[in-house]
Amino acid sequence: MAAGALKDATAIVGIGQTPFAKQLPESEKALACRAILAALDDAGISPAEVDGFASYTMEETDEVEIAKAIGAGDVTFFSKVGYGGGGSCATLAHLASAVATGQASVGVAWRSRKRGSGRRPWTNTQVQLPTPGQWTRPYGLLRPADEIGMLTRRHMHEYGTTRDHLFNVALACRNRANQNPAAQMYERPMTRESYMTARMISDPLCLFDNCLETDGALAAVIVSAERARDCRQKPVYLHSVAQGLPAQHHGMVNYWNDDPLSGPAWTAARQLWKQADFGPEDIDVAQIYDAFTPLIPLSLEGYGFCGRGEGGAFTEGGALEIGGRLPINTSGGGLSEAYVHGFNLITEGVKQLRGTSTAQVPDAATCLVTAGEGVPTSAVLLRS
Amino acid sequence: MTSSDLLAPVVDDDGAPFWEYTAQHELRVQACANPECGELRFPPRPCCPHCRSFDSEWRRMSGKGRIWSYVFPHPPLLPAYAEMAPYNAIVVELADAPRIRLVGNLVTEAGAPWNSVDPSRLKIGARVQVVFARIGEFTMPQWVLER
Ligand SMILES: [Zn+2]
Repeated sequence: MAAGALKDATAIVGIGQTPFAKQLPESEKALACRAILAALDDAGISPAEVDGFASYTMEETDEVEIAKAIGAGDVTFFSKVGYGGGGSCATLAHLASAVATGQASVGVAWRSRKRGSGRRPWTNTQVQLPTPGQWTRPYGLLRPADEIGMLTRRHMHEYGTTRDHLFNVALACRNRANQNPAAQMYERPMTRESYMTARMISDPLCLFDNCLETDGALAAVIVSAERARDCRQKPVYLHSVAQGLPAQHHGMVNYWNDDPLSGPAWTAARQLWKQADFGPEDIDVAQIYDAFTPLIPLSLEGYGFCGRGEGGAFTEGGALEIGGRLPINTSGGGLSEAYVHGFNLITEGVKQLRGTSTAQVPDAATCLVTAGEGVPTSAVLLRS
Repeated sequence: MTSSDLLAPVVDDDGAPFWEYTAQHELRVQACANPECGELRFPPRPCCPHCRSFDSEWRRMSGKGRIWSYVFPHPPLLPAYAEMAPYNAIVVELADAPRIRLVGNLVTEAGAPWNSVDPSRLKIGARVQVVFARIGEFTMPQWVLER
């Protein structure tokens, strides 16, 4: 296949989700099945037609269990992507490749996670000390918030990024969640005072710089563009897809290369825009991975919405709000809707291009969705 | 500090020499042993990303550096760390090789608690010097402000 052959070759035709809550009674497997069946129903496609699956390596439900529970037929493509939330958009990318090359015809991507009622991953000291953990964890750099806090302080020092900039990010997400009845923070407004007086988690990051802890599941259905035209919903095309692992990158403890503040977003962005018919200035709405507020300024720089070091300043003047330069995370995102490793950013991108978001950007026709920054990552450009 | 409950480094083949040298109170960083190359690299790895040589040596550093960044972790933390919180964790760029950065803790003297330095004294760019402290089975590099 020629370069660019994936452009608009496939589309998302179904999305599904469970409720989001701190604790849900059902198992991850049951939640996964509910989300997947809802997505297939949304698409108007029988579960028996599903022949491709993609998810995250951290996903604890697998294709075997899911396929037999939902009544899938012969499955001919299955894939799991690593690096936690960095894999979210890559699940779509892998399915797009499989469908476009004929390895599968109906692909399902999913994420089911009981992060709200389960243990925090960093408390498992057995898995948290591989290389390069021996160089960081013993010194008390234990959690993702500590690792990203270190990069955040440096960004503040080099570029004048402030806690007010991070507040702008948290507030935009919270404001959108306040419009979204499905969001965990639907009825919980945020003020600057509540943000500035919140307890610290890893100074310079406070409680509201950290994403939620959520039980929930989501799924999306991908088919060829040709088939998409016959589906129940307006197709949302995968215009460009990319993964990114930069040279000499070290994951969330990216302290050991020449330029620790330019991360995987830069690599994914170069590949993403290279294949696209439009650029950052043409994006109507963005869903940017927000496990931590500082990932937004870093991603705004990486994906080319502003210059190097300008990510903090970009958030000023309501830029991230509806009507601003770049409305983001219009369901509330991981900070205020639900944290399910970024899959709700994908489904919200689809809703925006269908015109059905609870915080609809008028006439949205293009949407960037990104996966976790600070880890090997991925991104997609959606268009209607 | 209740050092027995702190996490010990889980050492791999590539990193083992680092800890053998810290036990002798020497701060050494892996370097390419190809005489045409000689580049330092961290974290340690099997071959040189510049020239792909598998020959390496451990080059002694002066132990001087500057604070590149820092955080103050607050709970929730593992119990032994929560007892000290908020403590500092710092990244130090080495004076001998500014692209080589080490994570550590700033203390008033070798073996002092990680919360022993007044937080207002932590500044990016502050000059620091390595010291060594036995914590459990390992000798850990720590950092003190240069006098
Ligand atoms: Zn070399």
